[in-house]
Amino acid sequence: MSLGSHFAYWMTIFLMIGGLYIVIVRGNLVKTLIGLSIFQTSVYLLYIAPGKLIGGTAPIVSAQFKIYSNPLPHVLILTAIVVGVATLAVGLALVVRIREAYGTIEEDEILEHDRSDQKQPHA
Amino acid sequence: MISEHLPALQVVAPLISAPLIVLIRRQSFAWFLATAVSWAAFAIALTLAWRVAEHGAISYAIGSWPPPWGIEYRVDLLSAFLLVLVSGTGAVVMPYARVSIAAELPREQEYLFFAMYCLCLAGLLGIAITGDAFNLFVFLEISSLSTYVMIALGQKRKALVAAYHYLIMGTIGATFYVIGVGLLYLMTGTLNLADLAARLPAVNETRSVLAAIAFITVGIGLKLALFPLHQWLPNAYVSAPSVVTAFLSATATKVSVYVLLRFYFTVFGVEVLFRDHPVDKLLIALSIAAVLTMSLVALFQRDLKRMFAYSSVAQIGYITLGIGLANASGLTGAVAHLFNHGITKGALFLLAGGVALRCGGTDFASLSGLSRRMPLTAFGIVLAGLSLIGIPGTAGFTTKWYLISGALERGSWWLAVLIVVTSLIAVAYVWRFVEVAYLQAPGPDAPRRGEMPLSMLIPALLLVAACIYFGLETSFNIGYARDAVARLLPGAG
Repeated sequence: MSLGSHFAYWMTIFLMIGGLYIVIVRGNLVKTLIGLSIFQTSVYLLYIAPGKLIGGTAPIVSAQFKIYSNPLPHVLILTAIVVGVATLAVGLALVVRIREAYGTIEEDEILEHDRSDQKQPHA
Repeated sequence: MISEHLPALQVVAPLISAPLIVLIRRQSFAWFLATAVSWAAFAIALTLAWRVAEHGAISYAIGSWPPPWGIEYRVDLLSAFLLVLVSGTGAVVMPYARVSIAAELPREQEYLFFAMYCLCLAGLLGIAITGDAFNLFVFLEISSLSTYVMIALGQKRKALVAAYHYLIMGTIGATFYVIGVGLLYLMTGTLNLADLAARLPAVNETRSVLAAIAFITVGIGLKLALFPLHQWLPNAYVSAPSVVTAFLSATATKVSVYVLLRFYFTVFGVEVLFRDHPVDKLLIALSIAAVLTMSLVALFQRDLKRMFAYSSVAQIGYITLGIGLANASGLTGAVAHLFNHGITKGALFLLAGGVALRCGGTDFASLSGLSRRMPLTAFGIVLAGLSLIGIPGTAGFTTKWYLISGALERGSWWLAVLIVVTSLIAVAYVWRFVEVAYLQAPGPDAPRRGEMPLSMLIPALLLVAACIYFGLETSFNIGYARDAVARLLPGAG
């Protein structure tokens, strides 16, 4: 069990934690979404990497090949990618609307606007 | 025969309605189709629930691919219970939506709301009916994405920020769930929930399965607003349109609790979670924190809707407390509270929506003398409030009773005391409404006397009546829940 043989897992964990860190730390709404995308992408790797067998082929029935890779993770991740794209699209659409409504996409400035809204509800 | 395909139709009917509504673009047609499909889904759910109770669980292979290879739809007592709750709420809420949505949204956006509602309904029903862990994730995201959009439709600009925050938290939650499912798939090579349950005992000891339990608990905990992962909920509930708040509070978090129950009791099993790992103690500790702190926070809110939103987090605490107790009475309380709290909060938020429509807001300052302006609405809020507290004769009482006996069976009398004490806090915050609405005189600039339109009032009062009815006639909520729990807990009867 060396670092090299588990390279895909180390990359997965790196992307996962990196993405989550960006989501938590960044105050810019678009950068948060970028972090979220990296976080989701790490999961694609988590599913895809174990599906690959060294020397394995696509699962086609033939006398020539004995070792097959599992195709199911790829199918699952195709679905997950679609979900990820949809989430990103809705998120970015919300950011556009937030920018129209507040004139900023910085989280602390939005909070300040909300606070001043509460002080003068009819202003 | 069409009746064999009811499990598929349960999900497909609302799913197809959504694109139809978008294509046809007529506001009245959108409302009509959404209402019709909600009632059809309710009828299907009732049929399935009756059939499951008579003949046992139904397994339906999508596309005739036999499980565990294909996706299986599996209706057992617990999922039928959830199907009835979700589709029933939809059926009651939709007649209310017509006037309420027309008042709160621009006319050209109305049909989009109904399309989103249909998608959300399909997603929630799908979660409850599917027997496949990955399919469950897809439905979870269908319901969540449509929920974000519906919350963003709220009138104030704060709704956009609330929806954005919910999107971030919800996506993290769903991704945690997929990581957990991925780890389980790596260890067992299957995604079918029943098949997973059969194969997991061989690998239970591994670190991967432990990590999977942790990821799924945290991920679903985010979705069901388990304390301290609840921050998204109050803002989202307060800024969403009234119909959306009522529908979500009765269904979305409840369906997430169902996912937790399904994974804890069907997939992982009681022994692994509660004997090998202290999941029950963790759940009980978090639930106590939720019930205590959130009831107190609710007490100090200045807005009716926000008060009920915090109270929702507290009530979810009661449900997870019942799961943590992990005995038959506690679990029966938890499952029945899904239903009882669903109808109670649904009624409260529908009534609050009517108040917002007539008084221009739900701030306590604008509610003074409400009983003289909207007597039926004010009385309805008080009745549903009694169910929230758990006064005998209301639905809320029946579950508190089971939770207390569950706590005593476990030998934790202090938990029973805690449930009573937190109910007293609920008395205090419901009393705040009574004081403002009944004991204060209306302000000089208050709107004239008048109830909300009948098409809104009748569904709301129907749910209030249900709170009383299910407190007296408990054969469905408690009886069905008890049978469902008996299947979950082997040997607990």
